[in-house]
Parts: sequence; structure tokens; C-alpha cells
Amino acid sequence: MKVSFTLNGEAITADVEPRTSLADLVRGEHRCTSVHLGCEHGVCGACTVLIDGKIARSCITLAVALDGTAVTTLEGFEGDALMDRLREAFRAHHGLQCGYCTPGMLITAHDLIRRKGALSEAALRQGLAGNICRCTGYAGIVAAVAAAMDEHGDTARAAAIAAE
Amino acid sequence: MKPMPFDYARATDVPDALAALADAEAGVRVMAGGQSLVPMLNLRLATFPRVVDISKVAELRERGETADAVTLGACVTHGEIEDGEAPEPAAGLMRHVASGIAYRAVRNRGTIGGSASLADASADWVTTLLALGARFVIRGPDGEREVAAPDMFLAPYFTAMTDQELLVRIVVPKTSRDATWGYYKVTRRSGEYGLTIGAVILDPARDRASVVLGAASRTPLACTATAAALRGAPRWTDALEAALRVAVAEDLARGDRPFEPHEAIMVETTILRAATQALGVS
Ligand SMILES: Cc1cc2nc3c(=O)[nH]c(=O)nc-3n(C[C@H](O)[C@H](O)[C@H](O)COP(=O)(O)OP(=O)(O)OC[C@H]3O[C@@H](n4cnc5c(N)ncnc54)[C@H](O)[C@@H]3O)c2cc1C
Ligand code: FES
Ligand code: FES
Repeated sequence: MKVSFTLNGEAITADVEPRTSLADLVRGEHRCTSVHLGCEHGVCGACTVLIDGKIARSCITLAVALDGTAVTTLEGFEGDALMDRLREAFRAHHGLQCGYCTPGMLITAHDLIRRKGALSEAALRQGLAGNICRCTGYAGIVAAVAAAMDEHGDTARAAAIAAE
Repeated sequence: MKPMPFDYARATDVPDALAALADAEAGVRVMAGGQSLVPMLNLRLATFPRVVDISKVAELRERGETADAVTLGACVTHGEIEDGEAPEPAAGLMRHVASGIAYRAVRNRGTIGGSASLADASADWVTTLLALGARFVIRGPDGEREVAAPDMFLAPYFTAMTDQELLVRIVVPKTSRDATWGYYKVTRRSGEYGLTIGAVILDPARDRASVVLGAASRTPLACTATAAALRGAPRWTDALEAALRVAVAEDLARGDRPFEPHEAIMVETTILRAATQALGVS
């Protein structure tokens, strides 16, 4: 079955079986290897992408349902100032070890900051709760996202959380 | 690729979707957000020969408002309700509930109608829509009918709808402006289905109180004795708390299963916390 959408700004047309998930299509056929598959039923967040600017689980989204949409994977954030800041903050605050959860964490954090600006630590943790990390224990991730929040709003609060 | 093979079609409008559902032998399933259906397909808990996507049907995406009710098309997403992109009937309760369903990435696609149609006993909307006294507008081969919340959710994953019918919209009566509510969901990890859910709505201007215990039994339990004890209560007192404990026990005794002692404590606490929240006690 034919489906056409833009992937990281580039128009693509794919011929897929209806049962193909968006994750399998973009990873397998289009080498968007930032899309990681952990659970394949919506729980872990490793496969998070943007569909028309909104975050979504690519493992439980059928590729055929996306005709006419715009899909963005982490590869599509090249040159995005907030994403650059998040990447740098993840490095500086030990926000990753194996990196499996990282693309999903980055896209989720990017969405959270864009929608909410500065957040309390509790709200930040709540906002990241749909992304499972088996390595870091989350402290570094929370500190990194708080640090990247910095330039978006409440500087003092972000710094306090980052220092914790 | 995990599911069994199936065909896919996109419905253009409601009659189109109903035509696809008309043949009972064809095994057609509609897909709204797919946030429960696709996990079920991926896990091969379910296989359907044909999936008909209703998420883009304009009529199912409509929302409206009259003097005394809000109408939500079945395919309005949890995220849209969270963001206030749909009218709010109950002093912020629906926005609050929406924001606690799963995770943002799931809320952006999952729909209120999909949730109500699936009728998972632990689903947030199932409990909330019962507490709000919502009505479900269902269309099928014999035309349209309306089902009130208590008659909609019959058993886990089992509603008043037949497989040939479609949930078109949900009508939620408005509370008065100064109604208050409490919503307390117990989970091990935020964003999960609740282990128990307490929903309390107090509307003194209409002399109405509604209390529902969700997730703890096969269908949400309308706690009428607890609601009666809360109706007109001006504030939290020790006497009220004592009366509520008696009333909760009475309600639980009418549940569809006995509660183990530790569960009884958990559900009682859930209901009392929702009640204190509704009465402005923090
Ligand atoms: C990780 C995760 C966590 C979750 N946590 C929660 C939670 O905490 N609380 C909660 O309440 N839910 C939770 N959910 C479920 C989520 O809310 C789903 O979005 C919802 O249950 C189903 O909505 P949907 O639009 O995705 O429906 P779909 O998955 O598309 O459909 C579900 C079922 O309903 C039928 N259906 C859909 N629409 C209609 C209609 N209009 N008429 C007739 N039948 C219809 C379908 O045929 C299917 O059988 C979670 C889901 C995931 C993946
Ligand atoms: S792989 Fe998609 S949420 Fe886990
Ligand atoms: S860094 Fe390994 S899973 Fe998060």
C-alpha cells in the first residue's frame, strides 16, 4: 500500500504492508537509526518522533495512516538551537550512558520545554515519565533538561535543579 | 513488524465507516488513535482482517457547546482536551484528567471515544464520564441512539455498542461554575493505568454530588452512599470523615467482587483523598 509524507523535510513515498509501523519504515528503509525500539507497545518512549510537530510513539503508529503528514526523527533536528543545547547539556550532566533511551529523551524534553518553558523538578520528572532509561537513574537526565530549560525561562530555578 | 497481516482503509465519513462495519463476518475493526489497538495487534492479543481508520473523519473531530452541555466528537484526542482545545464542562476536571492519561506522546493520538469504546475498567475516561453523567451517541445500521453512562459500560472491554455500531460523540452535562472536584489516581509509575481511581464532583448549586470508584472492580462503581454523605457538606470535619468511612464501606459491599482488607484500605483512601480535594482540604 502506497503512503507519502515528508521525513525530516524530504518528501518520501513508500510501498508498505499496512502492518508496518512508522518505526520499522523509517529505521529499516530510510536509515533513521535514532529511532530505537524498546518495547514495541508504547510504554518505553525510545521510539518517540514528531508527527506534524507533535510527539508520538512510532512503534504504535501505522505508517499507512500517515499520508500527507510531516514526520521528524532526531536526525531532523540538525541545527535546532534548543536541541543543540539539550545535546550539550546531556553530555555535560551525564544524561546518558548506553544511549538507547537518548533520542526519545531528547525529543520528549524538546517538546516539554517548547510547550511549558520552565518547569519545577516534579513537573519535569512527570513530563519525562513516559521514557524509560535502564542506565542513568534519571538524575543526570533531569539535571540536563533543567539546564537546557535555562535560556527558555526561569533561570534561577533551572540552575537550582541542575545543581541538585 | 509484529502484527499479523491485515488490510487498511481510511473512512471518509461516518456512513463510510458504518458500511465497512456492516458485514459482521468481515471482522473489521475501526481504529481511532490506535494507541490501544496497535499495541494489541503488536502483541498479537488481537488479529483483525481489516482495520478502518476513522481518525480523520471530520464529524468525529467536531466539538460543540450549548448552555448546559459540551459535545465532544469521538476522535477528539486526550491531548486536545488537555490543551483546552475543546470546551470544558466541569470546572477543569476534564483537562486535569486528560493530562494524567498515559504520556504526552500517547495523548497526542489517543482519543476519548477510543477509550470509551474499549471500556478498559481502569481507563480514566470510563470513570470520569460516569461521574459526569455523560451520554454516548452511537450510530449503527438502525440509525442513532443515545446511551447514558451507567448503561454504557457493562463489563471489562464490553459496552452497550454492537460491532456494527460506531461511537459518534459524547455529550457531557456542564456542572455549575462553582462546582468543585477531586480526582485521585493510584499508580506505581505516573502515566500508567490506575490501580484505583477516586472521582468526586460536588455541585452544591445543583444539590448534586457524584462519587465513582474506578479501576478497582469489573466496572466503575458509583458510590451513591458516599455521594449522599458528601452532598451539602460545607467542609471537612471529623464527623464527616467518620460518616464517609461508613458510607464507603456500604458502597464497597455493593461492588461486583469482595475486596481484600488491604485493597479496602487502598480504595477507601483513594475515595477520601478525592473527597478532601473536592472540599478544598489539601
Ligand atoms: C503506554 C500507554 C499507557 C496508557 N495509559 C493509560 C492511562 O493511564 N489511562 C487511560 O485511560 N488510558 C491509557 N492508555 C490508553 C489510551 O488512553 C488509548 O488512547 C485509549 O485507550 C484508546 O484510544 P484510541 O483512540 O487510541 O483507540 P484505538 O486504539 O484506536 O481503539 C481502541 C478500541 O476501540 C474501538 N474504537 C475506537 N474508536 C471507536 C469508535 N468511535 N466507535 C466504536 N469503536 C471504537 C477500536 O475498534 C478498538 O477496539 C494508555 C496507552 C498506552 C499505549
Ligand atoms: S518502542 Fe515505542 S514506546 Fe517502546
Ligand atoms: S542511557 Fe542507557 S537506557 Fe538510558
